[in-house]
Amino acid sequence: MIELHGIFKTYPTGAGPVHALRGVELRIEAGEFLSVMGHSGSGKSTLMNILGCLDRPTGGQYWLEGVDISNLSDDSRSALRGRWFGFVFQNYNLVPRLSALEQVELPLLYHKTPNRRRQAAEALVQLGLADRLHHLPSQLSGGQQQRVAIARSLVVNPQVILADEPTGALDTETGGEIMEILSALVKERRITVVVVTHEAHIAAWSDRSILMRDGLILEDRPSSPRSLKAT
Amino acid sequence: MTILDAVRIAIRELLSNPLRSFLTLLGLIIGVSSVIILVAVGQGAQEGVKARIIGLGADLTFIRPGASEDRQTGARGQAGSGLTLLASDAYAIRDASLPGVIGVAPQLNVSAQAIVGSRNRGVGIVGTTAAYSEIRGLDVEYGRFISDQDVARKALSIALGAEVNESLFPDSNGIGKTVRLAFAGGRIGFNFRVIGVMTPQGGPGEGSQDDYVFIPVSTLQSRIAFLRNARGEININQITIRSAPEADQEAVKDEVTAFLVRQHGVPQPDFTVQTQNELISAQEEVNATLSVLLGSIAGISLLVGAIGVMNIMLVSVVERTREIGIRRAVGARAKDIGTQFIIEALTVSVVGGALGILLGMGVALGVGGKQVMGQELSTVIELWSIGLASGVAVLVGFISGVYPALKAASVDPIMALRSE
Repeated sequence: MIELHGIFKTYPTGAGPVHALRGVELRIEAGEFLSVMGHSGSGKSTLMNILGCLDRPTGGQYWLEGVDISNLSDDSRSALRGRWFGFVFQNYNLVPRLSALEQVELPLLYHKTPNRRRQAAEALVQLGLADRLHHLPSQLSGGQQQRVAIARSLVVNPQVILADEPTGALDTETGGEIMEILSALVKERRITVVVVTHEAHIAAWSDRSILMRDGLILEDRPSSPRSLKAT
Repeated sequence: MTILDAVRIAIRELLSNPLRSFLTLLGLIIGVSSVIILVAVGQGAQEGVKARIIGLGADLTFIRPGASEDRQTGARGQAGSGLTLLASDAYAIRDASLPGVIGVAPQLNVSAQAIVGSRNRGVGIVGTTAAYSEIRGLDVEYGRFISDQDVARKALSIALGAEVNESLFPDSNGIGKTVRLAFAGGRIGFNFRVIGVMTPQGGPGEGSQDDYVFIPVSTLQSRIAFLRNARGEININQITIRSAPEADQEAVKDEVTAFLVRQHGVPQPDFTVQTQNELISAQEEVNATLSVLLGSIAGISLLVGAIGVMNIMLVSVVERTREIGIRRAVGARAKDIGTQFIIEALTVSVVGGALGILLGMGVALGVGGKQVMGQELSTVIELWSIGLASGVAVLVGFISGVYPALKAASVDPIMALRSE
């Protein structure tokens, strides 16, 4: 479904150009559960941003469903983000003044979707937040906030969910709950999930794990057996 | 995202920070309302002056002496300072029975002190003829106005304006009593017998003659030493002509001008003739300038209000950078974000404009008819001032929203998502 060929990303800085990605080759099939590991500065977040059309590569080709989208306009990338991709972040990235229901409605706002409220409510109910629809982020626990964020990413029926350190701000148990939700999405709804993490036990939830270093993919292998996740 | 969604978001944003929104709105409210109030006051003043000029009577034409000119120095005095208009001019115009002219009255103005026993007050003396009361629409409350016989006999008869009577004879009217008019600081004085008291006219300023007294012009000329012209004739201040309602005032003006030029035997008029309409339009011009001035001052406060909106929108963009990032991540295009911020600025201006209109109309209606610094303040709410103020408010809202909106739209979503 996704093919990256020789993806480069170079940022100009005051101290000369910084090469965040140096020719990444990657293929992701529909319904895969992929984890991306690496130290900070390895390029994993940049890769994530390019996969999610938040950023544009400075070189190489990005094929999505057989279409080269490396040079799409800003508006077209916005539209792709709104339909194809759902984002889950370490810091949840909820709008402070909006209720859970309104957070989930947000993507639909840019879609001309009818029955926004009902669809948003359904997504929240599926994630076990039926009694939290009208709560503000500040009134929710970390795990609940992350579930609101997942509901928000799911409400547009995306093909791919990109989760950047989704458990980074959560305790182990709550983090496990979130990973369980994500892996259920892969199994039950055939959604492709890409998780960026630097923790091995989180990566162990995935089926396939890649390791990045200095803007290149160093390792690409099936994840360690699930049994490892207990450690 | 529809416009309605954007408006809803904007209203939420306004409500989420009530104090800040109120202060931002306040700038616009003050700006819009002051435009409406100041224009209303300006228009009120204009209408007031117009009413006073109309209050002089209807269909009037005024003749005044031209400017004086010193033969030796060539220095010209102000209009009306010449010694070229005589009471006999008035009689000549009357006797010529020019078409359309139905009344002519000469007028000589002096101020004096009116004294009755221990009471006294400053009054304006109008030396005139019997025709004056009819021309100026003055009614007699008690007794009678000065008559042609009074003028012929140079009688020491006096008719009192309502206010003069009130202060000199507080308990009754002064008919038959004696009033002393003292001139030149009391060095000269004459006793007059009160023959009439005029009906109060009310109203402020020029139109009202309540604080005037009326005596025969001939009496005034013969008793008091005035500047005389080269032939020893006494100048008067004004001749008032009343034309028939159906007559064309301009035609009457031209006729009277031609007649007087012949009468004076001069190549150019040595006097000025103004119709009541000309007087009104001259005054309107003055007041229009005043209105523009007041409006511009108010416009500046509106501008300050607009700067406030722009300022708060810029702050808002910075504060909500992460929100912008989130919206971009879930599919908002740059222009959706820009639109949202423009609509927020517009919402602020529309709300501020609406409240400003309400406040402005409220204040304008509230102060209308009140005494301010001894003057009755009249206000006329002009529809165009409301339109202008609200139009400008919305326009400035739009303009002050554009730059913040461009800033918001150009926020890099990746940076925004990482920001705190």
